[in-house]
Amino acid sequence: MKTTLDKLKMGSKGIISNVGGEGALRRRLLDMGLTPNTTVMVRKVAPLGDPIELHLRNYELTIRQEDAGKIEVTEVAE
Amino acid sequence: MNITFALIGNPNSGKTTLFNQMTGSNQRVGNFPGVTVEKKDGPVRGHKGVTVVDLPGIYSLSPYTAEEVVTRDFLIYEKPDAIINIIDATNIERNLYLTLQLMELNVPMILALNMMDEIHSSGESIDIQKLEEQLGIPVVPISASKNDGVDELTHRAIKCAEHKTKPKNLDFCCGHVHNAIHSIAHLITEEAKAAGLPLRFAAAKIVEGDQPVIDRLKLMEPELDIIQHIVDDMESHLNTDREAAIADMRYAFIESICKECVKKSAPSREHLRSVQIDNVMTHKYFAIPIFLGIMLFVFWLTFGIFGSGLSDLLSLGIDSITQAVDHALSQVNINPALHSLIINGVFAGVGSVLSFIPIILVLFFFLSLLEDSGYMARVAFVMDKLLRKIGLSGRSFIPMLIGFGCSVPAIMATRTLPSERDRKMTIILTPFMSCSAKLPIYAVFTAAFFPNHGPLVMISLYLLGILVGILVGLLLKKTVFEGSPVPFVMELPPYRLPSAKSVTLKMWERAVDFLKRAFTVIFIATIIIWALQSFDFGFNMVSDTGDSMLAGAGKLVAPIFAPLGFSDWRAATALVTGLTAKEAMVSTFAILLGASDTASVTPLLSQLFVPLSAFSFLTFSLLYMPCVAAMAAVRRELGGWKNAILAMSFQTFVAWIAAFLVYQIGSFIF
Repeated sequence: MKTTLDKLKMGSKGIISNVGGEGALRRRLLDMGLTPNTTVMVRKVAPLGDPIELHLRNYELTIRQEDAGKIEVTEVAE
Repeated sequence: MNITFALIGNPNSGKTTLFNQMTGSNQRVGNFPGVTVEKKDGPVRGHKGVTVVDLPGIYSLSPYTAEEVVTRDFLIYEKPDAIINIIDATNIERNLYLTLQLMELNVPMILALNMMDEIHSSGESIDIQKLEEQLGIPVVPISASKNDGVDELTHRAIKCAEHKTKPKNLDFCCGHVHNAIHSIAHLITEEAKAAGLPLRFAAAKIVEGDQPVIDRLKLMEPELDIIQHIVDDMESHLNTDREAAIADMRYAFIESICKECVKKSAPSREHLRSVQIDNVMTHKYFAIPIFLGIMLFVFWLTFGIFGSGLSDLLSLGIDSITQAVDHALSQVNINPALHSLIINGVFAGVGSVLSFIPIILVLFFFLSLLEDSGYMARVAFVMDKLLRKIGLSGRSFIPMLIGFGCSVPAIMATRTLPSERDRKMTIILTPFMSCSAKLPIYAVFTAAFFPNHGPLVMISLYLLGILVGILVGLLLKKTVFEGSPVPFVMELPPYRLPSAKSVTLKMWERAVDFLKRAFTVIFIATIIIWALQSFDFGFNMVSDTGDSMLAGAGKLVAPIFAPLGFSDWRAATALVTGLTAKEAMVSTFAILLGASDTASVTPLLSQLFVPLSAFSFLTFSLLYMPCVAAMAAVRRELGGWKNAILAMSFQTFVAWIAAFLVYQIGSFIF
């Protein structure tokens, strides 16, 4: 199912299909390994509801909901 | 032969630990010219003529952050003899991403594969030989925190530099990106040479769309057209854009290397433990209470137990020496001006510098613990939402919080913020948080004017500081710092046990740095204030401070404060002496009002203020430029007096406006 990363529930996984955004933000997302075809797991949501914690490439990364909304993913059924 | 190494790697890769192991405590700390990015270097122990430069921790060589630009400029133009690239073996995939970019710079390079102890203990393995073959550069497994393999690394790095073995050009690109890089490389050979840029680096950066590199190459119109055509062609074939294409290509290459060289077990024990700790520390309901608890504990220890204990001990020592010297000077009947200079100038100055040391030592001990353990990143994760509206990230929360204790370590703590913009903004906003040295002023004034509403007035001052911080933050975000918000895309490193060596070294480094940079500033400022206070304009010693140059200056500037409700020169004079240390305002009032001691100032203040102007005065005291110690810290972190003076003038201006509004609106209402 196609969706965006911010819509994934805690604990679920998705495969990145496209990384949106622009400039420094987009480059940073790509540099940190959020490239197409990478599998990402949403590990946690911060206590105040934002940002979120991701698990990818064997490490933990945090990004804001707003930015996660720019990353298109295909949800992986468990 | 003199050799310079550039040490470079991702944040949290153990870079600083390795640097400390290689250099011992023999380090020079400074800034890169023109930016507030820290640069450290030091001689390598046991190898004469070998120096290592510690570059900022970065993830990529993109043109978007000051750290990355400074690093790549350093590598290209300063031409170190070799790059030591340290990577975290437990996070090899993402760490190698920077490695691939560094290899394009055509500088001899060696890979330090750190945290090998964790790899072994978790039953994973990395085939070093195969990794060397695949990458074409020497790879040395190390464990920086245990000092394993560091000697071998140094030896092989020296060899690498002596033989000038440059990394070979990897054909890690496949298909279309590969073709694009090669075609462009052919096209720009001359320009790259003229601009002093490594060809492969320049070609890859052009494909990526790196504007600074494209500008530097000074390409002609026809070449730019061909390049555009090549890139368009590549993009349409890959059905993606240039930046994503290159990032994807690099990661694809890394994945293929890792498949060959890395044997992973299930999630490692360290990783699982880290996840478990994190489940508690960033728990939905417990995270904030835990954070507040930790910070309260640190504050209590810093400003309560240790800090004040050590400070008291220190001032006891200084006081007894001062008294002894004072007594001795009286005995020998020394010139009274000289006597006063030594006691009220020199000793007071030294004393005020030293009084900051215990706080800095204790606070940075704890901050280093929090940073090295990985908890600091979690604080940013938990608190991010609160600071986002003013254009900052959760990272700035800790320095601002420390600001309530003392601005000096708070401003020094901004150094760990990952972006220059955030650092500058945090440095400007932090002094608005009411520091503990202002408490005595509040206490005296509330006792005099608001005896029944003391706590209310105090709380409103603290809240006012926060409110002004928020408003100024919004203003800065819309003006000076517009349009360049730094993305909050932050690694959450695994929790690790901090090493005692690294923590003590960091603590020591901060204290020495403060002493070096602040000593002269604070010392000179204290002497100047002393001179202004002790002499009149004819340079005669005065017995009554009211006749001094300081009072003269106070009288001169006093009218500026008339619209704020306090035009008496004594208030202005107190604000000037408050620059040496905020609490000094109380003793200045005592002297100028003829009180026998600071406790009896309270009833006399009504000569100068009414409740409304008193509150206006408190507002101004809360917000105007920080004390000289904090000024010295601001200058250090902003990299020069110009920016520091600009920041402080701005703060004073904000203070004037705020106090003006308080007084004028207050007069209207009451």
